[in-house]
Amino acid sequence: MSAATLAELPVGTDAIVDSMPTGRSGLTRLREMGIVPGTRIRVTRRAPLGEPIEICVRGSHLSMRNHEAAFIAIRSATSA
Amino acid sequence: MSTVTSDTPLIAIVGNPNSGKTTLFNLLTGMKQKVANYPGVTVEKKIGECYSQHGKKLRLIDLPGAYSLNARSPDEAVLRDVLLGRRPETPRPDRVVCVVDSSNLERNLYLVSQVLELGLPTVLVLNMTDLAAQREWRIDAAKLSERLGVTVVLTQAVSGQGLIELKLALSRDDLPLPKWQSAVLPEGVRTALEQSRGPLCQTGAIHSRASLLEPLYLLSDHDPTHYGIADTQIGRIQELRGRIDAAFPGWEDQLVAERYRGIEELCGEVLQRPELEAENITTKIDRILLHPVLGMANLLLVMSLLFYLIFKVAEGPMDWIETGFGQLGAWVEGMMAAGDFRDLVVNGAIPGVSGVLIFLPQILILFFFIGIMEDTGYMSRLAFIMDWAMSKVGLNGKSFLPFLSSYACAVPGVMAARTIENPKDRLITILVAPLASCSARLPVYSLLIGVLFPAGKVGAWVQAGIMLSLYALGTGAAFVFAWIFNRHVMKGASSPMILEMPDYKMPSLRTILLHVWQRAKMFIVRAGTIILGISILIWAASTYPKSDTEDKALQLENSFAGRAGKFIEPAIAPLGYDWKIGIGLIGSFAAREVFNSTMSVVYAVESEDDENLEPLRDKLSAERYADGRTVYTPLVCISLLVFYVFAMQCMSTIAIVKRETGSWGWALFQLGYMTGTAYVLSLLIFQTGSALGY
Repeated sequence: MSAATLAELPVGTDAIVDSMPTGRSGLTRLREMGIVPGTRIRVTRRAPLGEPIEICVRGSHLSMRNHEAAFIAIRSATSA
Repeated sequence: MSTVTSDTPLIAIVGNPNSGKTTLFNLLTGMKQKVANYPGVTVEKKIGECYSQHGKKLRLIDLPGAYSLNARSPDEAVLRDVLLGRRPETPRPDRVVCVVDSSNLERNLYLVSQVLELGLPTVLVLNMTDLAAQREWRIDAAKLSERLGVTVVLTQAVSGQGLIELKLALSRDDLPLPKWQSAVLPEGVRTALEQSRGPLCQTGAIHSRASLLEPLYLLSDHDPTHYGIADTQIGRIQELRGRIDAAFPGWEDQLVAERYRGIEELCGEVLQRPELEAENITTKIDRILLHPVLGMANLLLVMSLLFYLIFKVAEGPMDWIETGFGQLGAWVEGMMAAGDFRDLVVNGAIPGVSGVLIFLPQILILFFFIGIMEDTGYMSRLAFIMDWAMSKVGLNGKSFLPFLSSYACAVPGVMAARTIENPKDRLITILVAPLASCSARLPVYSLLIGVLFPAGKVGAWVQAGIMLSLYALGTGAAFVFAWIFNRHVMKGASSPMILEMPDYKMPSLRTILLHVWQRAKMFIVRAGTIILGISILIWAASTYPKSDTEDKALQLENSFAGRAGKFIEPAIAPLGYDWKIGIGLIGSFAAREVFNSTMSVVYAVESEDDENLEPLRDKLSAERYADGRTVYTPLVCISLLVFYVFAMQCMSTIAIVKRETGSWGWALFQLGYMTGTAYVLSLLIFQTGSALGY
């Protein structure tokens, strides 16, 4: 499996959250906002300087920095 | 509140941020609400009352918006503690109204799932049904009600639709108890939580009758300040949590996933949405407002408008307040017999009150502006665009607006920092905001630049260039200090920036105006009293002891303030200042622009017109020491200008920082670091310059 993360996902593409490290409180909050393994996720926009990114998950739009996004491993939405 | 009796049920309104919760609360209670703070924390406590459809009195409490009961900020800790009945000054609510953004149902149901488990009679409000319809989302409310076991009401808080149905539901005496449980605690974790109950009871963290949810949420507290948990209990809680973490790694994350599994299942039954999300109005607007070029241009436009409003439009009302109180003073002076009491009223109390009210136009305008930006959803976009730049000094995009507002005045700027949820970012923003050169520094800059480079001798662009570099100096310093505080002073790791980008919507004017009014009232009552008190103190210091002289300059010299100026002369002489400047510095503590009027008195400059700096400027330029040396050499002017860029010489800001941080500690820290920096830099400039022969 490729080690792609949400930080590398091109704008406008869908992916599925594959895994996230556990036990980090910042990531726990992302989980509580709906990003859990198995969720479909899409990067809708990047700020002009590359950060932050805007994502769409479960119909809600959130933005976060690459630092957090890089912890979220993803897999292709089509081959799933 | 008039009467608090046990037969008026207390109804808590809870929901995610941006769910329209507060608009709904305002709609229900109208002006019949009271805003205070939860003791020890800057989280607003709003209680109001309304009458049910059957004329029964209901008390409502608007709890802070939150994403989860696993607290991550003081706001969320307050929500958790009130719902669990852990707050001594706030009774546990009898009923809960859970407000949900229908166009964001799935995510909103997360908090709902936690709240339902508390077992309180609950009404679920599906708000913003219009936005959901726009997205072509169809929610089967009857099915939802059946599955959750609670009453479901559809509303559009902005237009007031569904309000009667909600009031009817609240009137019911037999409000059903929720029955839905999204996730079951894994057996091992449940046992571990059961076992932690004993030790928690011993430290007094929970009651012996507390449900299992209380240890659950205490152990999953991620609020860096651990608000609502006594210091003596933290150690024990962390120890117990470490034990569970070791035995069941990732148990919290597992629980989140379980909850969402339950929610997905439920949504599969009650929510129909198009396979492909149609492009809605928000996407279209964002394509422009978040466009790399257009978005930036728009942001500049919005910020220019804000600047224009708080600098220019506020100027008129501020002048009226000033002139009005000036006339009142003159009138009172004519009506009262001469004496100390008249002097106190005319020169102490009236200017003091005027000095408080003078802030109102800017505060009202700024909060109205912020209200519109927050309510429409543009605030998140602003933070999105500015985040990159702010992250370089360890802050996030939300710090931008409070800082920017501080160029007009740090008082509303510091108050605006309430929009920053992260306590650490908020505190740092408050600490550095007064380094932005506020409008009160402008007259002082103008005066000293005039002495430094008299007009006519150099082009206006040189003066403008100096002015600009003073602004740049303050701004640069704010970023440097933010970086230092972030790295070295504040404890606790920065929490990640997670920002919700809600759909755009029409702002609710009523909610915004109510909010502006509450802020203004809070400023006058809480900060205003401190400002008034200090104004009178400063008046007394420059009035007493009385001298037998008609000469105002001599009177000031002999007063406590004059003596203090002389007293601090040894300390400020190395900066190049004499005791007369010392008096000016002390007077500036009331407000920086007071420097000019104080110096006018010191040098006995008769000027009818505050705007005309020329007589004073000429006087300063001509001022000599006894041995014939010039007092205001270019070097002294530069040293003084730098001092004014950095020094914290504003009691109003100190008062509001005390108020907003909840402690004198941070206010005094700010006073110390800013004035300390001012002193050291001015000292370096003057001493280096003197050594080089300037």
